[in-house]
Amino acid sequence: MSAVPFSHNTTASNQGARSAEGATASTAPVAAAVAHAVDSGAAHGSAGVAGMQPDFDLARVRADFPILSEVRVHGRPLVYLDNAASSQMPQAVIERIVRYQRSGHANIHRGVHYLSDQATNAFEAARSTVRAFLNACEDREIIFTSGTTEAINLVASSWGRSALQPGDEIILSELEHHANIVPWQMVCDEKGARIRVIPVTDSGELDLEAYRRLFNARTRLVGVAHVSNALGTVNPVQEMISIAHAYGVPVLVDGAQAVPHETVDVQALDCDFYAFSGHKLYGPTGIGVLYGRAALLEQMPPYKGGGDMILSVSFEKTTYNHIPHKFEAGTPAIMPAIALAAAIDYVNGIGLPRMGAWEQHLLAHATARLAAIEGVRIIGTAPHKAAVLSFNIGNVHPHDVGSLLNDEGIAVRTGHHCAQPVMKRFGVPATVRASFAFYNTLAEVDLLADAIGRIKTLFE
Amino acid sequence: MESRALYQEVILDHNRKPRNYGRLEQPTHHSEGLNPLCGDHIQLDVAVDGEQIKQLAFEGQSCAICKASASMMSAAVKGRSVAEADQLVDGFRALATGTADAEQMVTLGRLRVFEGIKDLPSRVKCAVLPWHTLHAALHAQSVVSTEGDADPVPGNPT
Repeated sequence: MSAVPFSHNTTASNQGARSAEGATASTAPVAAAVAHAVDSGAAHGSAGVAGMQPDFDLARVRADFPILSEVRVHGRPLVYLDNAASSQMPQAVIERIVRYQRSGHANIHRGVHYLSDQATNAFEAARSTVRAFLNACEDREIIFTSGTTEAINLVASSWGRSALQPGDEIILSELEHHANIVPWQMVCDEKGARIRVIPVTDSGELDLEAYRRLFNARTRLVGVAHVSNALGTVNPVQEMISIAHAYGVPVLVDGAQAVPHETVDVQALDCDFYAFSGHKLYGPTGIGVLYGRAALLEQMPPYKGGGDMILSVSFEKTTYNHIPHKFEAGTPAIMPAIALAAAIDYVNGIGLPRMGAWEQHLLAHATARLAAIEGVRIIGTAPHKAAVLSFNIGNVHPHDVGSLLNDEGIAVRTGHHCAQPVMKRFGVPATVRASFAFYNTLAEVDLLADAIGRIKTLFE
Repeated sequence: MESRALYQEVILDHNRKPRNYGRLEQPTHHSEGLNPLCGDHIQLDVAVDGEQIKQLAFEGQSCAICKASASMMSAAVKGRSVAEADQLVDGFRALATGTADAEQMVTLGRLRVFEGIKDLPSRVKCAVLPWHTLHAALHAQSVVSTEGDADPVPGNPT
């Protein structure tokens, strides 16, 4: 049976939402997507879901990622379910890195020699690849940063310092990653501005009515995650941007957890800033992207000073370069930028809609399996989620669960996920988080669920 | 080493039935231990009479490794002198980081069941936190964090 790529708003997901927050032992919210592929009554085991296949060759895709077969943990195959922290890298990207370092490396935008031209062309071609990936209007709206964190710091520091006045307000959400909280606190402290917070509902969604009420004449910016890293909630950013724009307020979207799962079109979203990281998109660490609307970027002062960001320097007066170079002081991460473009080419070769559809199957199956284990509490039950599943087993500390899962070769993230406000909102110090990529299998989800069942028994 | 063995040998028992769990009515010493990585947070009360540790009690929120370590620590140092407790603190830190010498191994006695923690580097802090806290209580520090200078493992708060 070929997979039916199901949209995010199917009945399936809505049923999943009934395993509402607070229910310690929710009655199996078997998603329809699972139900239609699972033999009736046999919601367990990979045999029951053997008929469900992705719309791409999963075995071949797994072979593209050497780490998935080369690494064994305690003698067992690696089950990598920590993709929201960092995804793995396909051979095509590894080879691009090797090719660049073997025959394409020099500093860029400087030399008049062959290699410098080659490297400059590859670096700027990478910018074009990113522009097309986000459907931005112009290449100069794409700024390379070290990651999402630096991208947000760039806006907070450059835009924030020049635009904020005492008494001004910034709207953030309760489910932000610390990277979209702390930079704003720093600049707000400095400028005498304050942060207003969009509350989160019991299912892990943003309260849009409360959001609307936060706007006033002092509101200067909205910063919101496209997808929550801790809960997986996909926020209605398009609607939120449209509300903010009605008040003339620009919006920064933290897209770190969104770009690996769905197609992002910054023009359709009409966002003002969009940030993401390369290493969550099958690329390397050390590279990220800030998309900014050209008109805004042009008004903003430089963020860092140094080479490449100037047109001319004298001790009397320095003239800054045009965007994007104004924001890229110093030698950038050339190889990682080129590798990020290779990762985007790889993703485009498979297709984000296909990848996202398979990840939704994995999420639905994992949700059904874990919800069926008495004592498992799923945290974040929004109807529209990316492939992230946060949960706890009774009162067992997530770090104990993580160490015991590691015995079985299963890698998950445990902790507060750099999102302490949302942990506090749900009354937990930490959670276990399994996050799926398109290269994960239903059998891996079953290994996780079986192991969770054993750990629960161990602690009884 | 697989962590399951460590859990089964010792941790689960002490996690279910922690010894000396609670607070003392009249502690002479007190300290609070924090592990930002796990969110472990324990309160430790100690009653010292002259040089001897008469009573100690702990409570708080923590993972099973931390709770078991605190429980076993409380049993191990009760009735000992402050100097002996200090030796055990040093010995346990060495054990958890795989640097204990033969003499320390003898002194540690039953606490040697924690030897396997050295193979779980991300969990060493959990086991050492109660010992950090004891050291801080006995030497008049009110709050101690695993991210402090005395920490045997480089910190990685997220």
